Amino acid sequence: MTTISVNGTQHDLGDIDETMPLLWALRDRIGLVGTKFGCGIAQCGACTVHLDGTAIRSCSTPVSAAQGRQITTIEGLADGERLHPLQQAWIDHDVPQCGYCQSGQIMSAAALLAETPNPTDADIDRAMSGNICRCGTYLRIRAAIHTAAKSGKA
Amino acid sequence: MSAHYTDTLAAFLDELPSPEKPATDLSRRTFLQASAAVGGGLMLSFALPRGASANNADAFAPNAYLRIGTDNKITLVSKNPEIGQGIKTAFGMILAEELDADWSTVTVEQAATDEATYGSQFAGGSMSVRLNWDTLRRAGATGRVLLVAAAADRWGVDANSCNTESSFVVHTDSGRKLAYGDVAALAATFPIPAPESVPLKQPDQYHLLGERITGVDNHALVTGQPLFGIDKAIDNARYATYVKCPATGGRIKTANLDAVKAVDGVIDAFVLEGNNNVQQLMPGIAIVADSTWSAIKARRALEVEWDETDACCDDSESFEREAQALSQRHGDTEIVRRGNSQRAIANAAVRLEAFYSYPFLSHAPLEPQNCTAWYRDGQIELWAPTQTPGRGLSNVAELLGLDESQVTIHQTRIGGGFGRRLINDWMCEAAAISKHSGLPIKLQWTREDDMAHDFYRVAGFHSLKGAVDSAGKLSGWEDHLISFSSDGDRPVSGGGIRATEFPAPLVDNTRITQTLMPLKVPTGPWRAPGSNGIAFAVQSFIQELATAANRDHLEFLLEIMGEPRWLESGNAGALHTGRAAGVIRHAAQAAGWGRELPANKGLGLAFHFSHAGHIAEVAEVTVNEKTVTIDRVTVAADVGPIVNLSGAESQCQGAVIDGISAMAGQKLNVSKGRIQEANFHQYPMLRMPQAPQVDVHFIDSDYPPSGLGEPALPPVAPAVCNAIFAASGIRIRELPLLSSGVRLA
Ligand code: FES
Ligand code: FES
Repeated sequence: MTTISVNGTQHDLGDIDETMPLLWALRDRIGLVGTKFGCGIAQCGACTVHLDGTAIRSCSTPVSAAQGRQITTIEGLADGERLHPLQQAWIDHDVPQCGYCQSGQIMSAAALLAETPNPTDADIDRAMSGNICRCGTYLRIRAAIHTAAKSGKA
Repeated sequence: MSAHYTDTLAAFLDELPSPEKPATDLSRRTFLQASAAVGGGLMLSFALPRGASANNADAFAPNAYLRIGTDNKITLVSKNPEIGQGIKTAFGMILAEELDADWSTVTVEQAATDEATYGSQFAGGSMSVRLNWDTLRRAGATGRVLLVAAAADRWGVDANSCNTESSFVVHTDSGRKLAYGDVAALAATFPIPAPESVPLKQPDQYHLLGERITGVDNHALVTGQPLFGIDKAIDNARYATYVKCPATGGRIKTANLDAVKAVDGVIDAFVLEGNNNVQQLMPGIAIVADSTWSAIKARRALEVEWDETDACCDDSESFEREAQALSQRHGDTEIVRRGNSQRAIANAAVRLEAFYSYPFLSHAPLEPQNCTAWYRDGQIELWAPTQTPGRGLSNVAELLGLDESQVTIHQTRIGGGFGRRLINDWMCEAAAISKHSGLPIKLQWTREDDMAHDFYRVAGFHSLKGAVDSAGKLSGWEDHLISFSSDGDRPVSGGGIRATEFPAPLVDNTRITQTLMPLKVPTGPWRAPGSNGIAFAVQSFIQELATAANRDHLEFLLEIMGEPRWLESGNAGALHTGRAAGVIRHAAQAAGWGRELPANKGLGLAFHFSHAGHIAEVAEVTVNEKTVTIDRVTVAADVGPIVNLSGAESQCQGAVIDGISAMAGQKLNVSKGRIQEANFHQYPMLRMPQAPQVDVHFIDSDYPPSGLGEPALPPVAPAVCNAIFAASGIRIRELPLLSSGVRLA
């Protein structure tokens, strides 16, 4: 029996195929669809979630590897109604175009700020280079990360 | 495989309005209808008559552009698909502006797919704002006029003594105010003024238009709410995958369906023969399973022997060789001929020849194709991320032999279009799988499916000749475009060139010809079709000519434009040389054209006109050996008045990044009819560290507004390539840069 903890809630997944990527367990089994499928091979970052606070690609992480660890998805990033400073900055900078990559982008950025509260452009480049934005919103993503960092609440 | 590609695609594209043939009949065949909304309030729509009088509560039409509740809630409806072009916000802003609504209380919702009510509903050709600007303004303004009339009636004053302000009607003399919600029910009983008679705001009265407004779905997006097609969940839905021959048109000879059915989680596996229409349903094996993962995993057990008798067997290397050989002569078909280009070239002070090429490309929207479908009781319901919901509806009806009234399509938000989702093959697959299995299903393509079964941006080859006379002026121009046809007659989508293509109409001695090679690879519109390749060849070659003639590129380009005039008289969708010169000067000045730069830095300029937009771009690059850093791209755009400054700027920045992505490293190779690249590791997308600063400048312009989804893309590749030349002397004539061993830092 496989049990995983997502955004602070335990989910019993029964006798799920343990090779199922965490991505599909989240989307198809738990119904948390904010985490997106883009490539399936750890190339695009659309599926980024936190595993014990570290950004990982859920498309390439078997659900078995997530057992007994804390998973945070985009749905669990805000503190109730209070948005995470990155989410607010994303709205203020009108970052999304199609928006499909943005939950992955925000999760990568949140892991960065948790470790490096005042990132330089080079830090941002390093942390964000695994996330593709097909629509090309990189400039606003960078600006929004700086804004969230300056707000000092991240 | 016969003519079905071209016939259907060409017919489909012909149906779409374009800058050359705007759908001017739209506002005429629709008219305004007001009625009481359920729960009391004013509903205003451009609905066709539904047999009920405007004052009858039963006349409430479910589709409308705006709805005002007695609770003062204002709901605006966006009729076209949202693919990331920001149309939901832009349409809402246009309606809200003329309604004089308080934006902070407004909700914008996605319309149902109902072309009888809304007229054409699609996202393509950068046409949404152009086609709907007038209609939406009048829809908003008519609402405002009725609300004013109702409030004036309530107060017993002349409507002319009233004004509106942020969702209130104000009586100017007394200062009395009534909220829109308070007079909505009364307003619904008033006769509708003729749409042409309602006063529209002057630009200096705008509160919203031209401002920076954040997207209406942004909160939902950043909190991971289910908005996209891929997020749709219906009870008991099963998960499906569909495997087609990697060479388009292959049929199934044998498939080990029993072995697949034995895989854990698989519910069913079956063959669909399809209708041999690549835009609808090609032969394939459907696997239906209890999760997306089970379906994907079951594919590994699938073994298929394909019959490729009629399949695509194209080879991109042979195309390149053949095009090289063809470049030595004029093309088979003459597109335009004026003066005597041969003599002009023979007598030129400077003459040049060059061969330019660009490859096949995939759209690769980040959300892979998917669709949820539920066929039951002779009806089908679909949740579809499509750019053409109306077209999809008829496709599905035709495929399943249903009446269109038995097909319902819900428009979902779309994780990127770029032209891919103008075609609804994936929707037809989902429909057929649901019907065959009798189950509600969610079809999910993998990224590999998406790259293997696209309607690709067609490759192109230009054999160019140019002449500069002794006065340093462009005096002769020849372009032989070597492209493709799938019906042996017409060029494929994006594979043609117009007689009016810049600079042909501006050069005394000019000749454009075309040769078409047979093609079976499916092709389709890719962001700024045609323009996305032509601009690279034309704008690069102009810089070559300027350089060879020892002219400043900026001056040379402006000289070609000449006196300010429309290039096609009577067509406001045509290039205007004055607007062109305006953006070229603006971009050059903003980028600091002519300033002293270090040895390894360079500026490159390019201009392109498409989708009624005049756009010039200047790139600044640093080149070390064969490694290029793009420091900055400056964009100057004349697209008429701006609806949403934030969205417009974002579209330009995104188009520039997209153009650089394709220019830098993207190329699809075709061998034995199969696309060789499978996923992003072989088809690189630009990533954050390589994204340059992009400065966007909009010209203050009183031309009708035009769309921005596409026209900022074509100029960027030639601007960057011209900058690379200026910085290093390396001339790029073949895309992507990687083909010449040049890479981005
Ligand atoms: S879907 Fe996981 S990295 Fe692309
Ligand atoms: S906003 Fe569309 S992929 Fe990033």
